[in-house]
Amino acid sequence: MSIIQNSKSAYPTLPKTLTGITGLDEITEGGLPTGRPTLICGEAGCGKTLLSIEFIVRGATEFNEPGVFVAFEEKSDELAMNVASLGFDLKKLQDEKLLRIDHVHIDRSEIEETGEYDLEGLFIRLGYAIDSIGAKRIVLDTLENLFSGLDNQSVLRMEIRRLFGWLKSKGVTAIITGEKGDGNSLTRQGLEEYVSDCVILLDHRVINQISTRRLRIIKYRGTVHGTNEYPFLIDEDGISVLPVTSLKLAKQVSTERLSTGIPALDEMLGGKGFYRGGSTLVSGTAGTGKTSISAYFANETCNRGERCVYFAMEESPKQIMRNMRSIGVELQKHVDAGLLLFNATRPNMYGLEMHLVAIHKLIKKFKPSVVIMDPITNFINVGSVSEVKNMLVRLIDFLQDEHITVMFTALSLNTIVNEQTDEGVSSLVDSWLLVRDIEFNGERNRGLYVMKARGMKHSNQVREFVISDEGLNLIDVYLGPDGVLTGSARKQQMLLEQTGQAIHDHSISRKDREIARKRKVLEATILSLNSEYESVEEELNKVYLEEELKKQILEKNREEITRIRRGESGRSKPTGGK
Amino acid sequence: MADKDIEFTDYEGNEEPTAYVLRLFITGASPNSIRAVENLNALCEKYIPGQYDLKIIDIHQQPELAEDEDIIALPLLIKKAPGKERRMIGDMSNTNKVLKGLGLPEIN
Repeated sequence: MSIIQNSKSAYPTLPKTLTGITGLDEITEGGLPTGRPTLICGEAGCGKTLLSIEFIVRGATEFNEPGVFVAFEEKSDELAMNVASLGFDLKKLQDEKLLRIDHVHIDRSEIEETGEYDLEGLFIRLGYAIDSIGAKRIVLDTLENLFSGLDNQSVLRMEIRRLFGWLKSKGVTAIITGEKGDGNSLTRQGLEEYVSDCVILLDHRVINQISTRRLRIIKYRGTVHGTNEYPFLIDEDGISVLPVTSLKLAKQVSTERLSTGIPALDEMLGGKGFYRGGSTLVSGTAGTGKTSISAYFANETCNRGERCVYFAMEESPKQIMRNMRSIGVELQKHVDAGLLLFNATRPNMYGLEMHLVAIHKLIKKFKPSVVIMDPITNFINVGSVSEVKNMLVRLIDFLQDEHITVMFTALSLNTIVNEQTDEGVSSLVDSWLLVRDIEFNGERNRGLYVMKARGMKHSNQVREFVISDEGLNLIDVYLGPDGVLTGSARKQQMLLEQTGQAIHDHSISRKDREIARKRKVLEATILSLNSEYESVEEELNKVYLEEELKKQILEKNREEITRIRRGESGRSKPTGGK
Repeated sequence: MADKDIEFTDYEGNEEPTAYVLRLFITGASPNSIRAVENLNALCEKYIPGQYDLKIIDIHQQPELAEDEDIIALPLLIKKAPGKERRMIGDMSNTNKVLKGLGLPEIN
């Protein structure tokens, strides 16, 4: 409701009355003109009565503004019964004096016109009804029934004109409903649209056997308003209008990152995973593991204790849980813990708008932080490519506003031009993962790569995406001389390399041993040479000692001889002499 | 219309002086209201003298009656009896239509 706050200006602007109807207050930028009549016109069964009764009921219940419902068609009881399915308890509101239903019965066959008359009776009646409960809102459904009940058209036209003026003077916010006339005229009488300050046209179209209700504001005096056709739908909570073009591209963004649950994938996305509030598309051909990636993401979200809604468009929740159990992802416990909510609907079940509103409502109710839609491809069955794209734009827009991270999966039907896919949302999403088949060497393997990831450094490599009993993993593909190898070819190549390594290692160790042996031999040689040297040395020493000894003995002998020659005592035997 | 009269006569055995129960709803002193009162009084005195019970109700004074009597257009004359309830709107200037509404033979 930022619009209302923004409209602060120096001049008094048109006061508006909130309808309380989802979305209508946004496209009217604040509701219907207060104290003025609004015409709601459309063909039979387009929701005029419902919209007007919701206006009254919401006024009574949400804004404490009592309202009068003047029914020209349905009786009070019928009306109460018709809207009971929407949870509107008219009886209770009537008892609380917040609502007054006045059934105006008019039957031409019962009335004789005997001269000049006017509708003063109706005025008095309305005035009494308004005053009795202090009504701020009034609905006249359908005023033109007067024309079928009374003959004097000129009087009626004059009186209806007077009625509009009178309603304004009463200061009640009024809704007048009118059947769409023939051709281009909005009402049968071509009168109400000129005297109303606001005209809303309801429309109910069936395209491709799927009906879509639409709403358009044709005129709104004195204010700006959305001029487009807005789809709306009627469900158990009443009317929900969807503003298509609320795209303002001025959203809050988060720098928080969310793990994908697959460490190797986080690694490819700058090491951290997706941005919170971002949108991701996982596209790929059939059987490439898109659902598995989504389930991992859902599992990771729930493991963090956050809520996740899984919109399953193809498989039933039980089926998904069984299948994911086979790769080691147990989702049942998150469902039991109330963190994970599966919403399984066939896209064909209802129109795109209905889907969108159903999604909106569920998200508003469950308040998840992550939403998964698996897959979006089947929406194409219920709408054209541009309609689907339009719907997804609005969905992404809404989710970003709500700070919800979303992951779509999309099936690419064309295996050759993988980039041409996904209902044109690839340009809208923040990151795009592509899972593709790599067919090589008689087998099919999965390759995953990051096509784009806004605002983060991401890997430019193709990784082999392996689904096993242990779960998902991404493996570096083998880049060999023959190009990219995956699967068994990669394994084979790796084995081949391992063999080469083993042989290499082996030869190295043999050389080592040879060196060791040579060393031993040399060491032995050194040892023997050493001992040889020692023996030679010893020999040399022995000779030397002997020489020394001999020399000593000779010396001794000579001294002895010398002493003997000198004749010094013969204590010793003469030993030689000169 | 004649049938109804006969039926009525047969039922009561003779003509009841207050057979016609008439309620005229008007809004204050609007020209239509005044004309309606004048026209109706004259008509009743002329065609059903002494046989009617006419009450004139100003709806402004009793607005709650508007819903009860399902009033839209005014002036409104409701013939409560005899026979089926009939409603006549307007200023009662078309005497033939009023007579038709009252179940009386039309004059030429």
